[in-house]
Amino acid sequence: MATFLQVAFDGLLNGLLYALVAAGLSLIWGVMDVINFAHGEFLMVAMYLSYWLGFIWKIDPLVSSIAGGAFVFILGALTYKLVISRTIGKSAMSALLATFGLSMLLKNVCLNRFSPNFRILQHTLLGGKTFALAGIIIPVPQLVISLVAVALLFLVYLLVKKTRLGWAIQATAMDKEAAELMGINTEWIYLLVFGLGGACVGIAGGLLPSYLAVHPEVGALFSLIAFVCVAMGGFGSIPGALLASLLIGLVEAFAGFYIAPVFKYVAVFGLYLVVVMVRPRGLFGW
Amino acid sequence: MVTAMILAGKSKKKDLFWLGLLALFAVVPLTPWFTRSTFTQHVMIQVLLYASMAQAWNILGGYCGQVSFGHSVFFGIGAYGTAMAVVKFGLIPWPGILAGALIAAVVAVAISYPCFKLKGHYFAIATFAIVEIFNRLFMVWYWVGGALGLDYGFTQPGWKNFVWYQTKDCCFYGVLLLFILVFGIVRWIEKHRFGFYLRAVREGQDTAESLGVNSTRVKLSAMALSAFLAALCGAFFAQYNYRVDPPMVMSLDMSMKFVLITILGGLGTFYGPLLGAALLIPLQEYTRAYLGGIGGGVDLIIFGLLIIIVVVYQPKGIMGILDRAFARIKRSREGRE
Repeated sequence: MATFLQVAFDGLLNGLLYALVAAGLSLIWGVMDVINFAHGEFLMVAMYLSYWLGFIWKIDPLVSSIAGGAFVFILGALTYKLVISRTIGKSAMSALLATFGLSMLLKNVCLNRFSPNFRILQHTLLGGKTFALAGIIIPVPQLVISLVAVALLFLVYLLVKKTRLGWAIQATAMDKEAAELMGINTEWIYLLVFGLGGACVGIAGGLLPSYLAVHPEVGALFSLIAFVCVAMGGFGSIPGALLASLLIGLVEAFAGFYIAPVFKYVAVFGLYLVVVMVRPRGLFGW
Repeated sequence: MVTAMILAGKSKKKDLFWLGLLALFAVVPLTPWFTRSTFTQHVMIQVLLYASMAQAWNILGGYCGQVSFGHSVFFGIGAYGTAMAVVKFGLIPWPGILAGALIAAVVAVAISYPCFKLKGHYFAIATFAIVEIFNRLFMVWYWVGGALGLDYGFTQPGWKNFVWYQTKDCCFYGVLLLFILVFGIVRWIEKHRFGFYLRAVREGQDTAESLGVNSTRVKLSAMALSAFLAALCGAFFAQYNYRVDPPMVMSLDMSMKFVLITILGGLGTFYGPLLGAALLIPLQEYTRAYLGGIGGGVDLIIFGLLIIIVVVYQPKGIMGILDRAFARIKRSREGRE
């Protein structure tokens, strides 16, 4: 029973991390109907930033995560301005393919500059710390990231649902032209949404070097899992993405522990296929 | 009537160009430029192989408009078909090639029948998921070699075993046959009723349905044909490399190559896949050979940039650029007259 609880808890912690990564993607998809294929690479860039800040100036990832968020906000806004804004109105696949090109570019620039080596930050504030609660061992870095994920998701949700800016974002998502007629600068909204989506994943990437090694391929798996979370949750629904991420975290942990580690992604992607066969627009989609 | 005659004349001219191109490829191995270096030969073989792969994908993605990111699965099944025949059963590769291609077509239909219900990004992500699932399963399927893959032993070189150790000339003719087969089928489809069905489904599935086109059947047949041809390319890939393992053939990167070469050359055009491969593969091979020293990944950096530029500025790919250039020449010539 203790093992079962431990596995479930680890799964939930991982699920919250996936939710944090997926939140930005979900926001972008919901508002612009664009899949940002470079999302995982945004994460990787933020991880490298945090790693180098920690390595050179001994700044802890907890602090660097703010820098990561800011940096990827700018990167996201630039991506929108230079690439995405020019693909809007063309075929649905063009933004996906352009961002795939961007992901290749970012991944290989990092490969070229920083070599494919795995890099681990040592002596971080949180690294390697654990404590036990009711027989469950809780790793501190994962716990902190999960708490940040919950807080950030809540903030994004509040921003979209309760503020004037959020209403403008929702209006743009529903009908771009009508929103423009109401005096909303949709170009500015798109830019902001892409930046915010980037900032979410940037904060996640900034925190991750506390316990995860950085290498150029680190984003690839995260982006696939984030796509699955977002699609399974349903078109741009942040609560849907959260629920899907938690489910995926649990399935991954249980399949990895009770069947075999290699089967965890088979189970995750299989779950996605089963869900979309039953509900072709995701759990919370309409 | 006149239009038909003009069209026929135009298509005859196009046929002549096509046959001329094939003749050119056929005499390439006789030229000293080709025989002088095995590296040139290798690049040429890769160009024709990737052009064939992209064209196989183009049937479904370009002509029928169903953008699948799962083609590396079929490519991989083809590669495993021949490798299993040679390595596990000690046969000649030919029955394995055929079996692999048939299995790939069956798997493709079985997978895509439910997936075609999904729309847009949901379909794209489902195809990603399928690639990942197959990749992991082949990693632990020990009967087909697991993560270690299958390595070819030494066999008698020649057409019977489809391996050569001393020369690449025959490999080149082998891939040329594959190229002629794939491009020939697409050439035939373009003019045939089936090709019009494909394009009708791409342009508007509901409209096509209302005119009596069974869109599900058209899409599934396109998928089966596309997977069959992709598997043949995979079989050649295995024979050419003397080995196969899951990340080599069944990976997202491989899937993306099918898509990106076609997009780069021109989606839904006959010469697009060849142009895309002819630009990309030499770029990849030569930058790897000459710029490998400065840290690796340079070819993919350039490739990534190219993809962004093409998708953003010329979504019709190189074919679009050429079309525009031809149109300009024509206009200026007419202006002079």
